[in-house]
Amino acid sequence: MALLEVRDLRVQFETPDGVVQAVNGIDFDVHAGETLAVVGESGAGKSQLVMAIMGLLAENGSATGKAEFEGRDLMQMSAKELNRIRGRQIAMIFQDPMTSLNPFLTIEKQMTEVVMHHQGLRKDEARAHAVEMLRAVRIPDPEERVKQYPHEYSGGMRQRVMIAMGLLCEPDLLIADEPSTALDVTVQAQITQLVGELRDKSNMSVILITHDLAVVAEICDRIIVMYAGEMVETGTVEDIFYRPRHPYTQGLLASVPRLDRLSDDDLHAIPGNPPNLLDLPTGCRFRDRCEKAAEVCRQVPPLQVLDDGCMSRCFIDMKSGEILSVADVPSPDDAGDDPVMEGRE
Amino acid sequence: MNQEGILRHSATRLLGLIPTLLVLITIAFFLIRVAPGGPFDGEKILPPEIRANLDAKYHLDEPLVQQYFRYLGQIITFDFGPSFQYKDWTVNELIARGFPVSMTVGGLAMILAFIVGTLIGIIAALRQNTAVDYSVMGVAMLGISIPNFVVAPLLILVLAVYQGWLPAGGWDWSIQRMVLPVVTLALPVIAYIARLTRGSMIEVLHSNYIRTARAKGLPGYLVIRRHALKPALLPVISFMGPATAGLITGSVVIERIYSIPGLGSYFVQGALNRDYTLVMGVVIFYGVVIIVLNFIVDLLYAWMNPKIRYDEVQ
Amino acid sequence: MNTPADVHIDDPGAAMPQPEDPFAAAMAEQDIPGRSLWVDAWHRLLKNRAAVISGIIMFVMLLLVIVGPMLSPWEGDFTDWDNTASPPNFETGHWFGTDAVGRDILVRTLEGGRISLLVGLVATLVSLAIGVTYGAIAGYYGGFTDRIMMRIVDIIYALPFMFFVILLMVVFGRHIVLIFVAIGAVNWLDMARIVRGQTLGLKNTEFVEAARACGVDHKDIIRRHIIPNLLGVVMVYVTLTIPQVILVESFLSFLGLGVQEPMSSWGALVNDGAQDMESSPWTLVFPAMFLTVTLYCFNYIGDGMRDALDPKDRA
Repeated sequence: MALLEVRDLRVQFETPDGVVQAVNGIDFDVHAGETLAVVGESGAGKSQLVMAIMGLLAENGSATGKAEFEGRDLMQMSAKELNRIRGRQIAMIFQDPMTSLNPFLTIEKQMTEVVMHHQGLRKDEARAHAVEMLRAVRIPDPEERVKQYPHEYSGGMRQRVMIAMGLLCEPDLLIADEPSTALDVTVQAQITQLVGELRDKSNMSVILITHDLAVVAEICDRIIVMYAGEMVETGTVEDIFYRPRHPYTQGLLASVPRLDRLSDDDLHAIPGNPPNLLDLPTGCRFRDRCEKAAEVCRQVPPLQVLDDGCMSRCFIDMKSGEILSVADVPSPDDAGDDPVMEGRE
Repeated sequence: MNQEGILRHSATRLLGLIPTLLVLITIAFFLIRVAPGGPFDGEKILPPEIRANLDAKYHLDEPLVQQYFRYLGQIITFDFGPSFQYKDWTVNELIARGFPVSMTVGGLAMILAFIVGTLIGIIAALRQNTAVDYSVMGVAMLGISIPNFVVAPLLILVLAVYQGWLPAGGWDWSIQRMVLPVVTLALPVIAYIARLTRGSMIEVLHSNYIRTARAKGLPGYLVIRRHALKPALLPVISFMGPATAGLITGSVVIERIYSIPGLGSYFVQGALNRDYTLVMGVVIFYGVVIIVLNFIVDLLYAWMNPKIRYDEVQ
Repeated sequence: MNTPADVHIDDPGAAMPQPEDPFAAAMAEQDIPGRSLWVDAWHRLLKNRAAVISGIIMFVMLLLVIVGPMLSPWEGDFTDWDNTASPPNFETGHWFGTDAVGRDILVRTLEGGRISLLVGLVATLVSLAIGVTYGAIAGYYGGFTDRIMMRIVDIIYALPFMFFVILLMVVFGRHIVLIFVAIGAVNWLDMARIVRGQTLGLKNTEFVEAARACGVDHKDIIRRHIIPNLLGVVMVYVTLTIPQVILVESFLSFLGLGVQEPMSSWGALVNDGAQDMESSPWTLVFPAMFLTVTLYCFNYIGDGMRDALDPKDRA
């Protein structure tokens, strides 16, 4: 059994302009010790996916589906039960270190409250633990700095504090929502490396949300690629980087500027803009921007699954590279009771 | 907390108050002097020699500017001079009589307003967009829309005249006589504080650090008490300065309606009777009170907000 | 964004634009019509039920006070000796009753409304004029000018303003124009602060910088960038100042320092009514109701406008 099993997760928001379907039926597993990357443009639904799992959606948001963590469905839990898991077995760090720490409390207070609440430690024990953790994330002079306030730390250091805070209770799963996006490039590398190191030491699983493929290559095992609220491709890091099947994934990879291929060509970009979730095209959501789009793409594309677990939501056959016609697509009956083969509208 | 920083901060602020005081005194002085009629005009017509004597005694025959500087000199020694209206009293004595009364009513009103206002505001924020929220805020809006002098007579009518539970006015330092004036005075302030607290709390609850606190698995009451309360209350603390000024203003009407011998009543009487020294004295006195209170609020705010507290050092 | 259709024909390196470009067509399909800030705000305001209802009530109120007295058979100062201090009564035609000397309360209330609303409007305009000018100058010129000007505001702000208004009224008498000026002159401070804050912020925004970089001169910048962005905030404050001013005038009247007889305002009426409230409560209740409802509605409208123009305030 996987550590986290997510089935048919959907997230929607009520806005003055209508109901926005931010996440439209995502399935994935996270195994113990595995690092999963969730990749996609802004607005693809990556953050909302994990916010729904953690029970942190905004007031106008609602989610359906299953998210079984160690056998128990998080989506069905009460706030009280969720609170026993959040911060203790599942930890989350966010994108924006400048505003994610309470400016009115010392670092010590914000860190010790986690272990004091979840593990019943005394204040001095909690403090020692916090200092140790700060040392592990390489904050210099932790005994002194723990007494300081967030505004006395730099952005990179604050993110380290967030990581330290998340790991205090030795969680089984760490969810990192674009942890390095808001930081300088050099600091980005450090943070990413840090997460990798800490993960290695403890066999923790990680869900890393990012739009930066370089970060993915560094520390991740598997990748989910999301577009407009749907999963369009998934596979191991090797699969995705060397054998991308979905045109969107191919476009993403081709957009990364490369040092080994100096040329006068223009930078490759995926044409068009991120989609307006209130006004999506029928059938394949990517077809307006897809270089390989065909007539058949006006239908809902099937989710193809290979034996090794790679998936692609596309009419382009994963093995042959040819465009499937609707007739080629196995109907839901053929697929047996595998839920991922169902089309949806 | 850095001692040196706080001291330096306070000293700078204090110095800044002096020009304010000066402007206050000057404007009040010249305004009241410009008014037609003087302190002795209303009474029976005095024979010219007595009039001349009186004028000389109170230095009213000197050029205006000279009177001004003479007055400044007096102020420095905290001598507000004799009252023109109440012949046997000095202004200092009158202030000493009136202020404790006003301060009691005002102070109690302030405490009541703060406690009730913040409580209501927090409840409304936690139940945002529910019936509780709308009704609480609707009532609060009423509080700032109905003037004191409308509420007071109604309260008196219902609670004092019809029900006879409380006295209709007057002052004898008893609790019963304090209830109505304090409550009436506090009502609009409660309303302002409730709205302010609600808005502030809602904003704080949407901030990223509250999201982090929730993600850490802290239960709701801890998130509110430990993480949201202080940031949410900061704007309310800031508001205490202007709130005091408002209370002082409101007290003028309250004292009238409930026949309370406070400073506000003396002021209005003095203004109508051209009692120069009394009016000046009260205006300056209240000005000083407001300035000092604003100063204290400033310090309180700086103490509560770590960014300011520690930045002063740097 | 450079779709092939955008490529300039004269560019030698460019491909000829396709007659029917699939990307451009698809893009056009997806375009959401843009909405200007004002239209957006207006729609938001209309969704605010409290504000809309308040607006309607205010409109009706305005009609009533302007037209009402003309339709009534009684004049405000007509004393009906046959019906002194009588309660509301449809037969005698005194729908709100009469006061101690037999004046019709309905007409008095409506005429009082004219005065109160007039004072509210004019005094607000006075404080608007002073406040906006002062604030805009301080904000736009910044630096030393700004510091001095704001220091002055700080000093004046610390003064017990009500007392000064009272002083002014006592000193200069109770002329109605003076009331406009006195209240307005004391009330401009908040407006000045807000306008100055906005101007400062706007001056340093990127779009103003960009405009300057394109060579737009000061006048036009003020006209096209600063003023429209000020309008919103100013409108909100005007709507919130009017009830404040009406309240101040009421206080003055209550203390006996407001408009003089035979003119009357709601505050004066309430004062009169309070004195007779045990024997003839209607003399208090009706003007008090009108006053309260007006203030209530203005506050809701002001709030609604603020939320409409800056939704994050309400969340």
